[in-house]
Amino acid sequence: MSGSYYVPPQSKWPALGSLAVGVMMVSLGMQLVHGIGGLVMTLGMAAVLTVMWLWFRDVVRESRQGLYDAQMDRSFRWGMGWFIFSEVMFFAAFFGALFYVRVFAVPWLDGEGAKGVAALLWPDFTASWPLMNPPSESISGPREVLSPWQLPLVNTIFLVTSSVTLTIAHEALKEGYRNTARNWLIGTILLGVCFLVVQGIEYYEAYHHYGITLQAGIYGSTFFLLTGFHGAHVTIGAITLSVMLMRVMKGHFDRDDHFGFEAAAWYWHFVDVVWIGLFIFVYVL
Amino acid sequence: MAPKLPPRLPPQHPLEQAGEAAGPAGHAEAGYHHGPKGLLRWLLTTNHKEIGTLYLIFSLSMFFIGGIFALVVRAELFQPGLQLVQPEFFNQMTTMHGLIMVFGAVMPGFVGLANWMIPLQIGAPDMALPRLNNFSFWLLPVAFTLLLSTLLMPGGGPNFGWTFYAPLSTTYSPPSTTFFILSLHMAGISSILGAINIIATILNLRAPGMRMMDMPLFVWTWLITAFLLIAVMPVLAGVITMMLLDINFGTSFFNAAGGGDPVMFQHIFWFFGHPEVYIMILPAFGIVSAIIPTFARKRLFGYASMVYATSSIAILSFLVWAHHMFAVGLPLVAELFFMYTTMLIAVPTGVKVFNWIATLFQGSISFETPMLFALAFVVLFSIGGFSGLMLAIAPADFQYHDTYFVVAHFHYVLVPGAVFAIMAAVYYWLPKWTGHYPNERLGRWHFWTSVVGVNLTFFPMHFSGLAGMPRRIPDYALQFADFNMASSIGALLFGTSQLLFVWMIIKCVRGGEKAPAKAWDGAEDLEWTVPSPAPLHTFETPPRFQHQEH
Ligand SMILES: [Cu+2]
Repeated sequence: MSGSYYVPPQSKWPALGSLAVGVMMVSLGMQLVHGIGGLVMTLGMAAVLTVMWLWFRDVVRESRQGLYDAQMDRSFRWGMGWFIFSEVMFFAAFFGALFYVRVFAVPWLDGEGAKGVAALLWPDFTASWPLMNPPSESISGPREVLSPWQLPLVNTIFLVTSSVTLTIAHEALKEGYRNTARNWLIGTILLGVCFLVVQGIEYYEAYHHYGITLQAGIYGSTFFLLTGFHGAHVTIGAITLSVMLMRVMKGHFDRDDHFGFEAAAWYWHFVDVVWIGLFIFVYVL
Repeated sequence: MAPKLPPRLPPQHPLEQAGEAAGPAGHAEAGYHHGPKGLLRWLLTTNHKEIGTLYLIFSLSMFFIGGIFALVVRAELFQPGLQLVQPEFFNQMTTMHGLIMVFGAVMPGFVGLANWMIPLQIGAPDMALPRLNNFSFWLLPVAFTLLLSTLLMPGGGPNFGWTFYAPLSTTYSPPSTTFFILSLHMAGISSILGAINIIATILNLRAPGMRMMDMPLFVWTWLITAFLLIAVMPVLAGVITMMLLDINFGTSFFNAAGGGDPVMFQHIFWFFGHPEVYIMILPAFGIVSAIIPTFARKRLFGYASMVYATSSIAILSFLVWAHHMFAVGLPLVAELFFMYTTMLIAVPTGVKVFNWIATLFQGSISFETPMLFALAFVVLFSIGGFSGLMLAIAPADFQYHDTYFVVAHFHYVLVPGAVFAIMAAVYYWLPKWTGHYPNERLGRWHFWTSVVGVNLTFFPMHFSGLAGMPRRIPDYALQFADFNMASSIGALLFGTSQLLFVWMIIKCVRGGEKAPAKAWDGAEDLEWTVPSPAPLHTFETPPRFQHQEH
């Protein structure tokens, strides 16, 4: 460590990025509250993605120019690691909500628990999970629930396999087999896309044939909250891996210097682990 | 804790020592810094000192905006009956006061100090990820412009208290609540990214030779704070996302009619909320642990125990959240569990207070302004801590819950606690930032008016609370009139005296007694080895840190 830590000069991307995030958020609010602003929101999101593209392009260029030393590499590792930890906590809140509802809220509405007063609200309510009959008549529950052993199982196989193929791609990269790495990475991305397609089919089924909707009481709420945010993360992960695919093909990565790839892989494995939790606690149990 | 440096100073840039200082950062010299000048320079900067300054200025502006909201509240409560504002607007004022002070003033204030001081205290050339640092800051003005603009929206701004309990904040909330949620999302992203940056900096950019247990306590407390931020800000994001869905998409998370539970909101919120109060106080502990040894001219007593105490507080903070919910109808076993874990926190906190006092013992103490604020912190924060212990007793809390006693408690830990610590830090490090000592006479005036103002405002609230005055109401029964009048007079005094603070800062930036590199003779940490004002770029070649036994 001899003063080689790279401190970037001024950059316009962060400030433009916060402006773009602001535009996106305000127009999202306008869309939700007043029903106008959808177009601006799309533009805002495009602006966010563009800024990210340009910002990361600067980072890639600096890295390719050899401006980064081993210490900088560690900064990126800590940064990505803690970012994933923050994502873990984001999902922890949602899982916490699911457990709280299943273990406490729904049984209490049926009179369980030391206090038992919540049962006075809807005396006829009977607790069950999945909750098919929400306490109030005004909310109609799902008609049927999805079997975990059909589409969700297929998706589990897709994601677990994709973690394996990604690891093979990584090993190939470490051994210097660029084409092999490329092929396995393509396979990984395709598995991710398959996952998303199947999830799309599942959502369609849920809405149109099973009566599982966002408005179908707490079962639909937790179902779409957990699977929806997970799906969004699969999408982000697949986009990131696609960028890494481009970089593999451009020859950006050395055998022992490819943290961009590793970071994307960490993220993908994290998304995979979340899915295992989902499969067990949302679908099976 | 007193790390000693070898006599060799890190390389300095001679041109930076020139007299004129254009900003609080005290460096506007051309040549070194390529890139735009003026406003654009602040918009595009990647420099930790400039970003730190931006954070501090932002925090100060929010402190005044939130303070004005508080004064509206206190003006209405000056006498019983409705005089100045409508109850609806009163609710918006209490809510916005809390939100602005917590997320806009105190948190960014500490992040600003972290930006300025952590690289200087660990001998780093900058923050680990400087562009991310700029992004974290510039999200804040966007977020808070949106938050403040909700006051002008149809139906008014958030009016459900800063804790935004469902269903007040979902079923019965104004339409602007969606915008409130989105602005809080942006502030949360800013906090998470800022915390990631701080952790990466501390773990990775310490000067060669500086071990973890050599770090100044401000760095240690910020390391733990950053961990708490990364752990709980996403939980806040999660709970407001569920609110957003309940409001806009008909989900039932906090709606018992659909099988959800409004009490679940409180659980998730306070899982974030209790660590959040430590996020606002741990860096304050670090600041006080820097200032007291400096002006007592003694090493900090019990450095290692301070580190362990801070860590235990952080761990315990995840196990106490439901002490905010004793009156909501928890099962008995939960009441007991959360009562005992909460009282356990008094142990590490007591260790800290003991260590500060032991540091003072037999020191050769002088009472410059930073020290005055730090000492006031120890005394007044302890009062807040003790009222916290009273609140932790579940059966007693049934009496205090949602009364002014609670308001007194958390304002004692936040105003003469967190805010005084930020002020102490500003007085302490201003010589490093500007190259000038703060005006001691002004500082003393500011200190004494603030201390009197704070106590006059919040001490009577203990009594009105114990006598049963509920919080968050614009009108009250006659027997509380005297206490409230005293509180309102105190608030006006405290608010006005902050103008002295601003005046002092402006004076200090523009001139004043020149400060040497080591501005306080008892100060030992690395930041005092670079010139005052600190040049724009410091420690570009890391200094060699030599370990010394504690
Ligand atoms: Cu608490």
